[in-house]
Amino acid sequence: MAKRIEVKDLDIYYDKFLAVQGVSMTIEPRSVTALIGPSGCGKSTFLRTLNRMHELVPKARAVGKVLMDGHDLYGPQVDPVAVRRHIGMVFQRPNPFPTMSIYDNVVAGVRLNNKRMKRSEMDALVERSLRSANLWEEVKDRLKRPGSGLSGGQQQRLCIARAIAVQPDVLLMDEPCSALDPISTQAIEDLMLELKQQYTIVIVTHNMQQAARVSDVTGFFNLRSIGEPGGLVEMDETTKIFSSPSNKATEDYVSGRFG
Amino acid sequence: MSSSTELTHPDNQPQPPPEAPLFEKPVSRFGDRVFSSSAMGAGVLILVILAGVAAFLLVEAWPALWADPDEVPGGDGIVLYVWPLLFGTLLAALFALLLAAPLAVAIALFITHYAPRRLATALGYVIDLLAAVPSIIFGLWGLSELAPLTVEPTRWLEENLGFIPLFEGPASATGRTMLVASIVLAVMILPITTAVIREAFLQTPRLHEEASLALGATRWEMIRQAVLPFGRSSIIGGAMLGLGRALGETMAVAIVLSPSGGVTFNLINNGNPSTIAANIALDFPESSGLDINVLIASGLVLFAVTLLVNMTARAVINRRRDFSGAN
Repeated sequence: MAKRIEVKDLDIYYDKFLAVQGVSMTIEPRSVTALIGPSGCGKSTFLRTLNRMHELVPKARAVGKVLMDGHDLYGPQVDPVAVRRHIGMVFQRPNPFPTMSIYDNVVAGVRLNNKRMKRSEMDALVERSLRSANLWEEVKDRLKRPGSGLSGGQQQRLCIARAIAVQPDVLLMDEPCSALDPISTQAIEDLMLELKQQYTIVIVTHNMQQAARVSDVTGFFNLRSIGEPGGLVEMDETTKIFSSPSNKATEDYVSGRFG
Repeated sequence: MSSSTELTHPDNQPQPPPEAPLFEKPVSRFGDRVFSSSAMGAGVLILVILAGVAAFLLVEAWPALWADPDEVPGGDGIVLYVWPLLFGTLLAALFALLLAAPLAVAIALFITHYAPRRLATALGYVIDLLAAVPSIIFGLWGLSELAPLTVEPTRWLEENLGFIPLFEGPASATGRTMLVASIVLAVMILPITTAVIREAFLQTPRLHEEASLALGATRWEMIRQAVLPFGRSSIIGGAMLGLGRALGETMAVAIVLSPSGGVTFNLINNGNPSTIAANIALDFPESSGLDINVLIASGLVLFAVTLLVNMTARAVINRRRDFSGAN
């Protein structure tokens, strides 16, 4: 299920503005890849090109190649909707559908895929997804209640359950813990370590301890200078990035000497 | 920060106990007073106006409610006098709503999610402009333009769909039918209904739209999953506002409809009842004595019905509050 992503010379534009330039990287399956870097350097923008969410901004586009197990996600015949069905995403702020119950939130993606599913299969899927997201025990008695009634951390785990219910190949997480308290953050980090057994996970984070705790590989993004596009500075094993990075800017950033 | 370092500083003397309590009784500020009293004044004012209207209707309608049936126009008592009018009012308004509500939702969706921005803005202005047209103009348009246009189609409806009670016929030769009145009403309530729904659709959180798209929803699926549920109570609210306007609309119906007082679902013949408001407008100038009380009694009924419609709408909206996304 987990798939490898290869990015080759990716340039990302907002209209005529080049936001991110020349990113090439390989994201290994069954691992957590963390993207770190200062605000505005294009980490989130880059993440959103991996499931073609970037182009939802009017006039935004990406040039280059993104291959998932060899299939070009930006090929001329590729439907972005199909890409998004294979690559799930969890957002910065928890965003369960407020008009839906917890149960309906979990199966929202499955219902989109137009699969005819028996009631019992659907029940099993809901339980399995919520268990995977470590949320089942907390919500099993109120599956019919609205998802917006949960706490922030529970809502975020509900969003993760919703994303994995469709069994994606890759899971993208855009600062998934930045709106959460430390306990909820810990719960989500534990969850990431479990989920990486099955999925390819890419996480954008501002929290360097978090990157150090959960990721196998870390990529450091930075702006070349003010007004210049952002880009990938260095990417390596997380232990190496945090102990002996080969780039001076990376070292400054991870040791807190930056800015 | 600075106060805590001062406290731990060895040279810092302990503060003498304050002579007066730090927090005295609440201060009454001028701006707060003006705001709260003007807000309350406005709230009370609307209640007073409403109560005044209700009292006027009740007092003036009272004699008609207890009058001898023979003295009421038609000679069958107040209930049988008002009933066809109420029926006509509800039929015209509901049919107008049936036409306008889906159209309003579609227009609002087009403006907010499909049209290019420039076209959307222009279209928004045009819709708002519709609301600025006086109702008598709509009435004249309905009478002189729309009514003749419907004569042929209604004949076709009668011949081919005559088994449906709505189109039983015989089709009117002038076109001054309930169908045309309803269409005119639908056009008139379209702006307010569209405006309310459009606002709601515009406020759909980007977060929820993206949640849906990231799951692999197409645009239409995203609208069904995120936009429509979010706007649900506003759709009901907009529709009910429209219904309220359609119930009370006077001039357009008075001009278009050529009523004969029958109680029938038939939309295309000449046997339609009038509506309460149009009937008051047409008969009031020639009425005196008890007839006026009877007309006002029909107005009281309209008042009650409109109140009921609005309360029902509120109840429908509140029932789904947990799921509205407002929390």
